Amino acid sequence: MNANGKKADPTALVRVEGVEKVFHRGSEDIHVLSRLDLTVATGEFVALMGPSGSGKSTLLNLIGGLDRPTTGSVSIGDDRIDALSDRQLAVWRARHVGFVFQLYNLLPVLTAERNVELPLLLTHLTKAERRRHVETALAMVGLTHRAKHYPRTLSGGEQQRVGIARGIVTDPTLLLCDEPTGDLDRKSGDEILNLLQALNREQGKTIIMVTHDPHASARASRTVHLYKGQLASEPTP
Amino acid sequence: MNAPLNWFSQIGSIAKFGLLSAAQRRASVAATVVGIAGVVAVFIGVLSISAGFNRAMTASGSADAAIILRSGADSEMVSGFGREETRIIADTPGIARNAEGPLSSAELFVIINLPKRTTGTDANVPLRGVESAALGVRDQLKITRGRMFNWGRNEVMVGAGAAREFAGLEVGAQLSIGREKWPVVGIFSANGGVAESEIWTDAKVLQSAYNRGDSYQSIYARLASPGAYEAFAAALTANPQLKVKVLRQSEYYANQSQTLTRLITTIGYLVATLMAIGAVFGALNTMYSAVAARTREIATLRALGFGSGAVVVALMLESLVLALIGGALGAGLSYAAFNNFHAATMNWQSFSQVTFAFAVTPALIGQGVAWAVAIGLIGGLFPAIRAARQPIAAALREL
Ligand SMILES: Nc1ncnc2c1ncn2[C@@H]1O[C@H](COP(=O)(O)OP(=O)(O)OP(=O)(O)O)[C@@H](O)[C@H]1O
Ligand SMILES: [Mg+2]
Repeated sequence: MNANGKKADPTALVRVEGVEKVFHRGSEDIHVLSRLDLTVATGEFVALMGPSGSGKSTLLNLIGGLDRPTTGSVSIGDDRIDALSDRQLAVWRARHVGFVFQLYNLLPVLTAERNVELPLLLTHLTKAERRRHVETALAMVGLTHRAKHYPRTLSGGEQQRVGIARGIVTDPTLLLCDEPTGDLDRKSGDEILNLLQALNREQGKTIIMVTHDPHASARASRTVHLYKGQLASEPTP
Repeated sequence: MNAPLNWFSQIGSIAKFGLLSAAQRRASVAATVVGIAGVVAVFIGVLSISAGFNRAMTASGSADAAIILRSGADSEMVSGFGREETRIIADTPGIARNAEGPLSSAELFVIINLPKRTTGTDANVPLRGVESAALGVRDQLKITRGRMFNWGRNEVMVGAGAAREFAGLEVGAQLSIGREKWPVVGIFSANGGVAESEIWTDAKVLQSAYNRGDSYQSIYARLASPGAYEAFAAALTANPQLKVKVLRQSEYYANQSQTLTRLITTIGYLVATLMAIGAVFGALNTMYSAVAARTREIATLRALGFGSGAVVVALMLESLVLALIGGALGAGLSYAAFNNFHAATMNWQSFSQVTFAFAVTPALIGQGVAWAVAIGLIGGLFPAIRAARQPIAAALREL
């Protein structure tokens, strides 16, 4: 039985089935996720909540192909990504996932537009095509006028918008955001949430967002709660 | 799944980001570059001594010239001939001739003490007595100042190297030999060869000044052709009237330089190896801290899909670029400091000073840069592997 209360849907985009994740720290085993199921349909905007240390980032990393489950399977579209090699995973990530990080993770030595261009360096696009994609992505996040600025000269909210532009520039299947507003003030955070909501509603982007903030989760089309390694649709104390 | 896309541009961009961010790690990067420059400079510097010494010795001897010593003698010091023997040798077929006769010069030499310009301390300088054929035997000899000494007179001319190293050898100066004063009448060059370290005078005059009777120590001869050597040497050694040892001049000088060259080369490699070990640790440290400082950045790139192989190669490349900058700096430095740096050293075979110029040759620069490359690769490899092995999810958690 899974948190959605329905059987795994073969048409779903994200299918996490019977996933366990155990970390080893010294002789200690840390069971973070236990027999967890999650299904996300194309076009959904899912908020993932839960107490600190409950395994939200861990789950997001499994869905994004940054880590593998101890047992269970993770499928995105037609790909069983838990079965891919490291090298195949890197190629898969470049093609299918956009990441947005809490601390933006921009390269300080590159301008905004060069940062946004990074994922495109892994494609066969020509320089001119890359420039067009970068312009489009920066326009979507409203930062065209900041294209030539370095991250350190941008505000936190602007840096995160650059981060989102980088996340969507390849038009990925999935956009994964780990506490995208966690480091921002309320106003900048709202702008980011507006942006993500617009991407979901207007572009049909499938988004999974980890957050602590009920304001943030309210923007999602669905919220799931992680507690003691399992998912629930209602918050558990 | 497709093969990884445009691997080279991945490597290029990761390496570029690393080098761009090297500015933020200025101090450790600079320390590494300077360390590697030091290794290369010292290595090239030390070996330029033996290269220069070698060059001076090989410039001295041509393949169509021979030196004849008493059999059993390793150097002119312990060799000796009477007048009659030198005449038989000069008449042996195979020796080149000009209008005045065979190009064969019977020579002797004594060692005199002169103060070094730099330290003021006395050192041994060879004073060589030659015959008129000497100028035909050593055809690279040129008078650069003053004139040639007169035959039969107590006059000397001085090699350019000796004039540079020792005090009191200017044209017009007087050399005290025994109770007499011998004027210096000229300075000569010999294409950087050993003769430049010597003082020359008439053999006859030297014989009488030093009570040597009519004896000589060596014969320098120019051959009709390099190919004439074998027959010439065979004729001399087969002659029952003579007990001689024949050497090509080139071999003779090569033998003389061997000991010193070997010693300096060994020291050079030893010092460079020790310094290189230090520099490898410096490079390792720099690249480990580069990797540590960029843990999250590298993890981010890998999360975006950059390959871990590209990360390894890029970090090695970054380390290599730093090493090459250090190598170029060191090579440039050693060239500026050591090339043509004039020095004098003891030639243990003649117990006298040989002057020569350090030579920073292209081969030495090549070797120096090869050291830098090796240091860069070793220093980059382990940090690069660590960076590529780090689990992305864990590395992303780091601040
Ligand atoms: N690579 C790892 N090695 C060992 N333990 C880990 C590793 N990654 C995560 N953990 C542990 O797993 C648990 C879940 O971590 P995770 O980062 O997924 O939590 P989270 O819900 O995202 O927390 P937060 O809200 O603080 O970001 C924590 O106890 C954490 O210490
Ligand atoms: Mg987290």
